[in-house]
Amino acid sequence: MTEVTYLEAIRQGMREEMQRDERVYILGEDVAVYGGAFKVTAGFLDEFGALRVIDTPLSESAIVGAAIGSALMGQRPIAEMQFMDFIACGFDQIVNMAAKLHYRNRMAVPMVIRGPSGGGVHGGPFHSQNPEAWFVHTPGLKVVAPSTPADAYGLIKASIRDDDPVLYFEHKYLYRRLKEELPGDDFTVPLGKAAVVQEGTDMTIFTYGWMVEQSREAAKDLEAEGVSVEIVDLRTLLPLDKETILQSIEKTSKALVVYEDTRTLGVGAEVSAILAEEAFDLLDGPIMRVTAPDTPVPFSPPLEKAFLPNAEKILAAARQLAAY
Amino acid sequence: MAIESEIGLEHAHLTVEQLLEIYRYMLLTREVDNRLRSLYLQGKVVGGVYSQLGHEAISVGTAYALRPDDVIAPMHRDLGAHIVRGMEVGRIFAQIMGRAAGFSGGKDNALHIGDQKRLIFPQISMLGASIPVSAGAALASRQRGEDRVALTYIGDGGVNTGDFHEGLNFAAALHLPLILIVENNQFAYSTPLSKQTALEEIAQRAVGYGVPGARIDGNDVREVYAATGEAADRARQGLGPTLIECVTMRMRGHSEHDDASYVPRELLEEWRQKDPVERFERRLIEGGIMRSEIRDGVQRDIARDVDEAARWAEEQPLPDPAVASEGVYRSY
Repeated sequence: MTEVTYLEAIRQGMREEMQRDERVYILGEDVAVYGGAFKVTAGFLDEFGALRVIDTPLSESAIVGAAIGSALMGQRPIAEMQFMDFIACGFDQIVNMAAKLHYRNRMAVPMVIRGPSGGGVHGGPFHSQNPEAWFVHTPGLKVVAPSTPADAYGLIKASIRDDDPVLYFEHKYLYRRLKEELPGDDFTVPLGKAAVVQEGTDMTIFTYGWMVEQSREAAKDLEAEGVSVEIVDLRTLLPLDKETILQSIEKTSKALVVYEDTRTLGVGAEVSAILAEEAFDLLDGPIMRVTAPDTPVPFSPPLEKAFLPNAEKILAAARQLAAY
Repeated sequence: MAIESEIGLEHAHLTVEQLLEIYRYMLLTREVDNRLRSLYLQGKVVGGVYSQLGHEAISVGTAYALRPDDVIAPMHRDLGAHIVRGMEVGRIFAQIMGRAAGFSGGKDNALHIGDQKRLIFPQISMLGASIPVSAGAALASRQRGEDRVALTYIGDGGVNTGDFHEGLNFAAALHLPLILIVENNQFAYSTPLSKQTALEEIAQRAVGYGVPGARIDGNDVREVYAATGEAADRARQGLGPTLIECVTMRMRGHSEHDDASYVPRELLEEWRQKDPVERFERRLIEGGIMRSEIRDGVQRDIARDVDEAARWAEEQPLPDPAVASEGVYRSY
């Protein structure tokens, strides 16, 4: 098998689902003729036609709303946000319409909202955010954030097949930087299941998205220093895989929670709360966090570097935690 | 481009049976509304009652002009549209009384109800949000080569939301089969139209979206029916959305707690003379379409049905508290 990039894995997963199920279609800004700002849907218009690959006006609320309405009629839309920062413009449709229809009226909304999130490419305050926590706080949504090409492929397929609204956060830094062979054809990665991507005994790093790669980097140095690190890639942020989180802490008794999002009430804050409530007796040290600070994402390279968590910052925190 | 006043000639050809059926729907809507307000005064309603008094011609006329396989997304004063589409009156009472038998099982209030089988989309409190969603239903129709249309409603307040703009523009740009009914009832809560928009006629907005706009008498059910039918024909032919401004008056407060003292009494009196139910009834009687014995029979039947439905709803249990945590997801 050939290696695919993280971006190609998403494209391949979507294309196969569109081939498999004619109800699946894509709508968004510049997704058809242009193939998307990052070319994730390149070639789709030719393959699937203009009724299934739809260029829309610049209207995130209408894109999400229309996706919902079509889903209620039995279609399975994939709505692209050109950048996940712009999801704020479709917020009401997501949190008040899509998220609550099943609870209120038993109407399923099988739809995916996907797009690039995250920093590291000097995108500035409006092209670099990690807005997943806004939606993790909204019952009725499911939220995923793949960290590898294989997970990107398996999760997009599972998200499309799911009967609830799924927000799929791609990481734009990883789009063309990660490449691997997919472990098989037509596999899915179940929603709600974290992955232990590296086994260890001295501490667990709970993380997701780009920070999985940065945590692996840090873990190599820690290994050399005699600290055995387990890494749990959360993969699905809502619902969180409590079982895997608790199993891992049982093994390591120390928790380092790492997320690229800003610190206050990020997804890792919930992981910390689960650990404090349900694994207090097992802990041999404080639950520690490495996160971005509570500021907008700055633009200029030295500022963004200061803002973003990275392997170096993870290493420093892990050393402190190891000392307990 | 406006749909002009010839409405009522070619598009309002209704048989006697249809005219009587429309009258029955309008009267039932009126009586359910009356009963809801009396239940409210008796303290039997949880939360507010958003009376639709005066809106019967709009909600009944629009829904009646569509096919059962068309999609509708009503607002909180569109009780008549729900009734035309067969939503059971007893369950509507149960919904508003917070009972388990309500359409949302006690999860949501007011007319936030829908039914996927009947192709009724439930509204949320954020007005305007149903416009993009209805555009999406229209898009699905287009994608599958069907000729069903989607119709939704908005008020003189809601036309100022972002979703009004985004939804109508989206449907217009994609030429989708959407009908947007603007219920201009002159007040959005306490704020008059003059403070909502610099336009005197909301139908003028249509020009800005490149779609036909009509401004019609929202208290004349035949005019509403005809305009909706014409818009539906256009939509089915692939000619895109239509905006229809139905001019009416909100005859009660925003909700029953609101005495609407900010509405000039003479304005209400003026509109009372144009009451859509009485006006239609008079036309039917004077036109020799409905004999007064028939009318009396319809009124008796409806009074009995509403009594029965309200009594049934009052007997329904409140929801089991365990249900509060159920149904957030289809699959978890």
